[in-house]
Amino acid sequence: MSSARAVAPVHEHLTLAASISDSRVMAARQLRKVLRRPMYVVYLFVQPVILVLLFRYVFGGAINTGRVSYVDYLMPGIIVMTAIFGSLTTGLGLTEDMASGVVDRFRSLPIARSAVLVGRTTADLATNFLSVCVMLLIGFAVGFSVTQPPYEVALALALILAFAFVFSWISAFVGLSVRNPETAQSVGFIWVFPLVFASSAFVPTATMPGAVRDFAEINPVTLVVGASRALMIGHGEALGPALGTIAWLAGLMLIFAPLSLRALRHA
Amino acid sequence: MADPAPVAIEVRGLKRSFGEVVALDGLDLDVEPGTVFGLLGPNGAGKTTLVRILATLLAPSAGCARVLGHDVVEEAFAVRRRIGLAGQFAAVDVELTGRENVEMIARLYRLRAADARRRAHEVLERFALGDAADRRVSTYSGGMRRRLDLAAGLIGRPPVVLLDEPTTGLDPRSRQELWNSVAELRREGTTVLLTTQYLDEADRLAQRIAVVDHGRIAAAGQPGDLKAAIGGTVLSIRMADRADLTDAGAALADLCQGERPQLDAAGGQIRLGVADPAISADALRRLDERGLAIAALEVQQPSLDDVFMALTGRPAEQEPAGERLEEAA
Repeated sequence: MSSARAVAPVHEHLTLAASISDSRVMAARQLRKVLRRPMYVVYLFVQPVILVLLFRYVFGGAINTGRVSYVDYLMPGIIVMTAIFGSLTTGLGLTEDMASGVVDRFRSLPIARSAVLVGRTTADLATNFLSVCVMLLIGFAVGFSVTQPPYEVALALALILAFAFVFSWISAFVGLSVRNPETAQSVGFIWVFPLVFASSAFVPTATMPGAVRDFAEINPVTLVVGASRALMIGHGEALGPALGTIAWLAGLMLIFAPLSLRALRHA
Repeated sequence: MADPAPVAIEVRGLKRSFGEVVALDGLDLDVEPGTVFGLLGPNGAGKTTLVRILATLLAPSAGCARVLGHDVVEEAFAVRRRIGLAGQFAAVDVELTGRENVEMIARLYRLRAADARRRAHEVLERFALGDAADRRVSTYSGGMRRRLDLAAGLIGRPPVVLLDEPTTGLDPRSRQELWNSVAELRREGTTVLLTTQYLDEADRLAQRIAVVDHGRIAAAGQPGDLKAAIGGTVLSIRMADRADLTDAGAALADLCQGERPQLDAAGGQIRLGVADPAISADALRRLDERGLAIAALEVQQPSLDDVFMALTGRPAEQEPAGERLEEAA
């Protein structure tokens, strides 16, 4: 087994600059691909319009949000939901790239493997930014009225996008682990739906039965929605839920970034 | 690299299992630099597993593999800098144009924008994709996608190229074009490890061929040696009466180049490798003399099955290559 070695072991390392350059190439690839998919335009515009109209006019009348109008209550929640659903595409896209062999090609190149994930999640952050902006505009069209100063609204959007970014990494881990696009889609809904709906995103948690309410109140979605409501329409307190959200995100990132990178190594 | 490696690819006792399934079972292999090495075997023989290990995509369970002297596990990054990979599926982005695909890979090799553009242009021209360069890959034919895949694999001018069943599922013309590209690599002195299910492909492209069976090398040699073992031509004879099969086999035994004629009792068929198609006349005469009537006789190119029969005494286990081909296409 120990035949003559021609050269001493070579352990080459990449510089940070090289990793960043690789990630940029990956992100550019992803953005280009997404913007060329005709379905993306549907996804970007049609879906938010339908969701806002449904919640605003179908469910809205039946939900009592006290002194706050339902559209004002709804918009921060539905923007968070859009961003979370947007982050599900990270894992789905990775399963497609695995199936087509593109992930293997990238893994066989002398690049920073982390760039595959950093580039992808960054590109998804950019498309999520677009979705969130579209959602906000639709909200304005159906009567959403922001009461807080613009910098607070910007802070709320930043918090929501950070949330979506971290969820992209969870989604990446799920996608790389299950490998199959259909499974990734089902599994994605299994972990995301309870988080989104057992939260204060669409209804006040006060109406929920005991155990569900306990879950809803520690749910990071409730926290980010609560902070966003405070920062957009001045409903409730901002600092507590914002710090809670940041703590959740830091913890989730510390767990899922290494897990996703490990899953990519073994993909 | 100061001192060139004595062998381009060196594999020793390589094993890899997936759960209960043993894909590689102590495989040994040496590929000389500057040669095309053909790895011939049926589906499931372990060819793709070997390529994935050499491409640092998969870790071996035991044994070791080196590319230009670099261990695929210990020095994975050094290996990645020296290999190009093209697989059985075109690993390209269909939403992007051909040019965008290869330029992206060039950027990942950290060429500057202008150099990446130039290099992309070079490889596209080389693989006859210049005219289609600015079309989206979704409009490409299967053959064009494979050529683009190969072009992408060669962007970094790798000294070692791994081609995993590059023509599986391609139509004859596209296959010919891909063969031309591989032949050009060979002329340039690039080391190529090529896996294939087709004997004629290995025969045409490779200077050395190894037959893989159950994760091991069953036989290795120059294409001529393999052909000599099985005969350059295969006679396939269907008897009018199945009961005559054994007698017919005995009558033809000494014409056969391989071990002995293959008898397929269920189909009433005999296959034998012969050195020259003209021997078919001799075979017919012998059967006629003994009053053994035939229903059909065909002169065929030897198949992977014939090679397997000659080398291992049994047929290749994954037989219906045809169905799989269509899936892949």
